[in-house]
Amino acid sequence: MATVAVTAERENYLNKEYGIRSWLLTTDHKRIALLYLASITFFFFIGGFFALLIRLELLTPAGDLVQADTYNKLFSMHGQVMIFFFLIPSIPAVLGNFLVPLMIGAKDLAFPRINLLSWYLYIIAGIVYLHCIVTGGVDTGWTFYTPFSTAFSNTRVIEAGIAIFIAGFSSILTGLNFVVTIHRMRAPGMTWSRLPLFIWAHYATSIIQLLGTPVLAITLLLVVFERAFNLGIFDPTRGGDPLLFQHLFWFYSHPAVYIMILPAMAVESEVVACFTRKRIFGYNFVAMSSIAIAVFGFLVWAHHMFVAGISLYSALIFSILSYLVAVPSAIKVFNWTATMYKGSISFTTPMLYAFGFIGLFTMGGLTGLFLACLGIDVHVHDTYFVIAHFHYIMVGGAVMGYLGGLHFWWPKISGRMYPESWGRLAALLVFAGFNLTFFPQFILGYMGMPRRYWQYPPEFQVLNVLSTAGSTILAVGYVLPMVYFLWSMRYGKIASDNPWGAAGLEWQTPSPPPTFNFDQTPEVTWEAYNYEEIPAPAEVPVER
Amino acid sequence: MSDSPVAVEQHGPEHLHHFVDAEQQRDAASLGMWLFLATEIMFFGGMFLAYLVYRSWYYNEFAAGSRSLDIYLGTINTAVLICSSLTVALGVRAAQMGNRKLLVILLLLTIAFGFAFLAIKGVEWYQKYEEHHIPGRTFNADDLVRDYPQIHIDQRPEQIYFSLYFAMTGLHALHMIIGVGIFVFLTYHAWKGRYGPKYYTPVEIGGLYWHFVDIVWIYLFPLLYLIDRKPLR
Repeated sequence: MATVAVTAERENYLNKEYGIRSWLLTTDHKRIALLYLASITFFFFIGGFFALLIRLELLTPAGDLVQADTYNKLFSMHGQVMIFFFLIPSIPAVLGNFLVPLMIGAKDLAFPRINLLSWYLYIIAGIVYLHCIVTGGVDTGWTFYTPFSTAFSNTRVIEAGIAIFIAGFSSILTGLNFVVTIHRMRAPGMTWSRLPLFIWAHYATSIIQLLGTPVLAITLLLVVFERAFNLGIFDPTRGGDPLLFQHLFWFYSHPAVYIMILPAMAVESEVVACFTRKRIFGYNFVAMSSIAIAVFGFLVWAHHMFVAGISLYSALIFSILSYLVAVPSAIKVFNWTATMYKGSISFTTPMLYAFGFIGLFTMGGLTGLFLACLGIDVHVHDTYFVIAHFHYIMVGGAVMGYLGGLHFWWPKISGRMYPESWGRLAALLVFAGFNLTFFPQFILGYMGMPRRYWQYPPEFQVLNVLSTAGSTILAVGYVLPMVYFLWSMRYGKIASDNPWGAAGLEWQTPSPPPTFNFDQTPEVTWEAYNYEEIPAPAEVPVER
Repeated sequence: MSDSPVAVEQHGPEHLHHFVDAEQQRDAASLGMWLFLATEIMFFGGMFLAYLVYRSWYYNEFAAGSRSLDIYLGTINTAVLICSSLTVALGVRAAQMGNRKLLVILLLLTIAFGFAFLAIKGVEWYQKYEEHHIPGRTFNADDLVRDYPQIHIDQRPEQIYFSLYFAMTGLHALHMIIGVGIFVFLTYHAWKGRYGPKYYTPVEIGGLYWHFVDIVWIYLFPLLYLIDRKPLR
C-alpha cells in the first residue's frame, strides 16, 4: 500500500486529544488498552522483582538472604501478582482490547464505559494489593489454602483476597465485553467462519473468564468472611472441609491457566500465518480446539488434588480428562507446524517468539501429561518439577505469546517500528534465559527438591545456580523490549499501514488507527488469512 | 478537517455512536445482562455447592437450624419479593407503552418492596443475634439441642449451617441493595421521561437483574427455611 507523502499528520487515536484527562476518562478501547499496558507492565516488574529475590535466595543452599517467613511472602506475592495482575489481564486486556474491535470491523467494544470501568477496577485492586504488600504482605502461597489462610496465617490475607476479588470483577467485565462484541458487533460479511483465529481464542478465553472467575470470587469471599466474621464454612474444627475449598479454588484456577494460554495461542495463529504467508492449516480445527480447551478446561481441576485425599475413582476420572486436554492443544501445535510446512518463513522478531512459543509450550504441555498421570504425580507433586512445568506454560507460553504479539502489533499500536535487530536479540535472550532458568528445575524436581522452601540440601546447588544465572539473562531479555519500545515511540521508523503485509482488518486501517477505527465500516467479502492475494512487503526479510 | 472525505454516519439520539442502530444496541445490552446473570449463577453456585455437601453430611444440624428460622417472616418476605417481580414486569410493560406516570409508580413500588424485604430480613438477623446463632465465639445452639432432645445435634457443624445462612442471605441482601440502587437510578430517569416505546432497554435489563435476585431468593427460601418442618415425634 503506497502512501503519499503527507505533510500534516493524520488524525489518529493518539494525537486526537492530549492531556491526562483525555486518557483517564477515555472510552476508546485503544487508549484503554494502552492504560492496561502501562499498568500491567508495572505489576510485571513488581512480580519480577519478587522472582529475582527468590532466585537470589536459592543461589546458596543455606537460608541466608531472607528469613523463611519473608521467603514465604516472596513466593506468595510473586504468584499472586504475576497471575492476577499480569498474566490474566496481559493479552486479553492489552492486545485483545486493542484488536478485537479492529479485527471484526467494529468502532469500539460493545460497552466502552464498562471497559473503562474494568480498568479502574483493576487499578483499585492493584492499589489494595500494593497496600497489602507494603504493610506486610501475605504468605499463603498464591493458592490461599485453608485452614492455613483462614486460621493460622498472621499476614494480610483479607486484603489480598479482596484485591483479587476486585481484580476478578475487572476480568469478568473484560470477558463479558468481548463476548457481546464478538456476537453483536461484527462488520457486515464478517461471518463466524471468517473470524481471525485470534477472535476465536479470545471468545473461548472470555467464556472461561465469565464462568470461572465468579467461583473464585465467592471462594475468596468465603475465606475473607471466615477470617473477618468467624464464619466456619471451611473450618475443620467445626466440621468444615478444606477439600471443598480446594475444589472450589481449582474450579477457577485450573481454567485460569487457559485464560493465560489461549490468548497466547491467539497471537500465535496470527503471527504464524503472517510470517509463513499461508492460510492457517485446518482453520476449523484450530478454531474449535480453542472452544474444546475451554470446555475440557472446566473438567480437570481435581488433578491438582491427587494427593490431597480425594477418592481414587474420582482421581482416575480426572486423570483421564486431563489427558484429554492434550488433544486440542496438540491439534493447535500440529496445525501451526503444518502451516509452516512449505511456507515462506521470515525470521522476524514476532516469528522468533512464535517459534519459541511452540517449543516451550510443547515442553510444558508434555510435562503436564506426566503430572496428569496418577503414579508420577505422587512422586513429583509439590516439587520443582511442577514449578518448571507451569512456568513453561505460563512464561514460556503466555509471556512469549504476549511479547510476540506486542512486537507484531507495535507498528499498529504506536505507528512506529521497533528496532528489528534489538528485537531479535531480546527474543533470543528471553528464549535462552528462560530455558536456563527453568530446565534445571525439571531435574531438581525429579530428584526431589520440594517447592516453597527457602533452603535446600547442598547437592542441589549446581542446578540452582544455573537457574539463578538464567533468570538474570531472562531479566535482561525482559527489560530490553521495554527500553526499545519506549525509544521507538519517539525515534522509531514511521510504520506503514501494513508493514508485514498481513491479512486481517486491523491492517487495513491507518497506523495508528483513527479514533473510530475505520473511516467507513468495512464489508468483508474474503476468507480469513487470504495470503495468496496479499503481496509480501519488500522490507520483511524472506528466507526460503 | 472540513475537506476530509470522512463519512459521517447519521444516527439518532437513541443509540450510542459505535452501534449501527438502536436495535443492535438493545441486543448488545440485553446479551450483556444475560451473560452477567450467568456469572451471578456461578457466583451463588459456589455457595449452593457448599450447601449441598454440608447438608448431606450434617442433615440433623441443618434441619434443626432450619426449624429455628422464623417461617412466617420468611414466607412474608417471599411474597414481598414475588410482588416486586410483578411490579417490575408491569413496569417494563409501562415503559414499552410510554406510560410515564405508571412507570414511575411501579418503579417506586418496587423500591418499596425492596426496602420492606430488607427490613424484614434485618429483623430476622437481629433475632438470630439475640439467640446467639451468629457463628463465632459467642455461638451457642444449646436451645436447639434442648428443643429436640430425641435428635443428636452437634454444635460444631450447627455453625456451618448458620455460616451458610448468613453468607447466602447476606450476599443476597447485598444484591437487593444494589438492585434498589439501580431502581432509584431508573426512577429518576423515568421521572425525567427518558424511557418510552423507542428506548426502554435500561428498564428491561434492570428488570432482568431484579428478577434474577428474586429467583435466587426463591431457591434460598426452601433450602434454608423448609428443610424439615414436620412436627417431631
